Amino acid sequence: MTSVKMTVNGKSVSGEVEGRTLLVSFLREQAGLTGTHVGCDTSQCGACLVHVNGDAVKSCTMLALEAEGAEVATIEGQANADGSLNVIQQAFQDHHGLQCGFCTPGMVMSAAALLKENPKPSETEIREYLQGNICRCTGYHNIVKAVLAASGQDVGAIAAE
Amino acid sequence: MYNFEFEQPTTVADAVKALSEEDAQALGGGQTLLPTMKQRLAMPSKLVSLTAIDEIKGVKKDGDQLVIGGGTTHGTVAREAAASYPGLAGLASKIGDPAVRNRGTMGGSLANNDPSACYPAALLASGGTVVTDRREIAADDYFQGMFTTALEEGEIITAVKLPIPEKSNYQKFEQPASRFPLVGVFVAKYAGGVRVAVTGASNEGVFRWTEAEEALSGDFSASALEGLSASAEGMISDIHGSSEYRAHLIGVMTKRAVTAAA
Repeated sequence: MTSVKMTVNGKSVSGEVEGRTLLVSFLREQAGLTGTHVGCDTSQCGACLVHVNGDAVKSCTMLALEAEGAEVATIEGQANADGSLNVIQQAFQDHHGLQCGFCTPGMVMSAAALLKENPKPSETEIREYLQGNICRCTGYHNIVKAVLAASGQDVGAIAAE
Repeated sequence: MYNFEFEQPTTVADAVKALSEEDAQALGGGQTLLPTMKQRLAMPSKLVSLTAIDEIKGVKKDGDQLVIGGGTTHGTVAREAAASYPGLAGLASKIGDPAVRNRGTMGGSLANNDPSACYPAALLASGGTVVTDRREIAADDYFQGMFTTALEEGEIITAVKLPIPEKSNYQKFEQPASRFPLVGVFVAKYAGGVRVAVTGASNEGVFRWTEAEEALSGDFSASALEGLSASAEGMISDIHGSSEYRAHLIGVMTKRAVTAAA
């Protein structure tokens, strides 16, 4: 076992891990942050998406030891300081961007990464960026609407309606 | 996956030393190796992560070529090569998905030489050079068949040198589930001629389509390719497409790449 220490949602977290311990396992089982989900475990579905040093990564395909010293952001750190939903989370609720909710933490973290680099994405850009996040309930249209709304844009008519 | 010892050196010299142990394996961004290890198709006793070595990261222009560190992520190549080598940046911007591009590295992709990876097509079509901790290897000598390269045990790709073409483009026909190319074609036009590299199609991995290179070197237009067809012999045939289908796609993707580059 090796010691690992990182900052998760602004708080220092440390633990003892094996070489093979995945970042997502560390977050869920040692940091107790179970909002980050394991969907496919093969880096296809994006349910495990978190930010490491500001970049979106799939935490099922990164070792905990590779995050030594890193700043990690998960869904648990996304709400506003007063506990209310942030603008992206609220938009997902307003536009029914989730049904079962399993993919939602990854979708919200992916949307946050997109809006940081592209504050006013087009519908096409949103669909392209979310390629690595799979939702089996909504058919994506309401997720795309939610991201458009979160970026302050008109959700009006989107494709395939 | 089976457990392993983990090391994260900060210099190439320390990484080479760590890799000299038996069954030690270099780890780039891990976007292929970690899934492979989860399936227990690989079981190294030690992983040597290259992600903390700053000297093998970054994109810089050096005269008429682009020098890209082996540890540079696809996302960084997509952003930083956009002005100098848009064909390469376009390829990098469509590998996998954004989160995969934030981890996966050029060196990792080239060292693995997956027969359906995108970067081998760019390296081969650019007539580039692989720079390692111990030597330089020309692209034409580097690829030696599916998952096989000229790299020795423990040899690390520190950089890749790519001559910048006058015009270039990469087109891929994606297998929609994996997003790997069913067939991908990189076309690069230089003063001295055109190079065409095909990935995804052949059982031997990436290869140059020399008939198309000759036709395009005389006339760089999609119409120059009329009547040319790639042979289906040796092409991959699987549930996603027959060898004949892949051979047909080579022609289609090459024409699209030439049109987009022109």
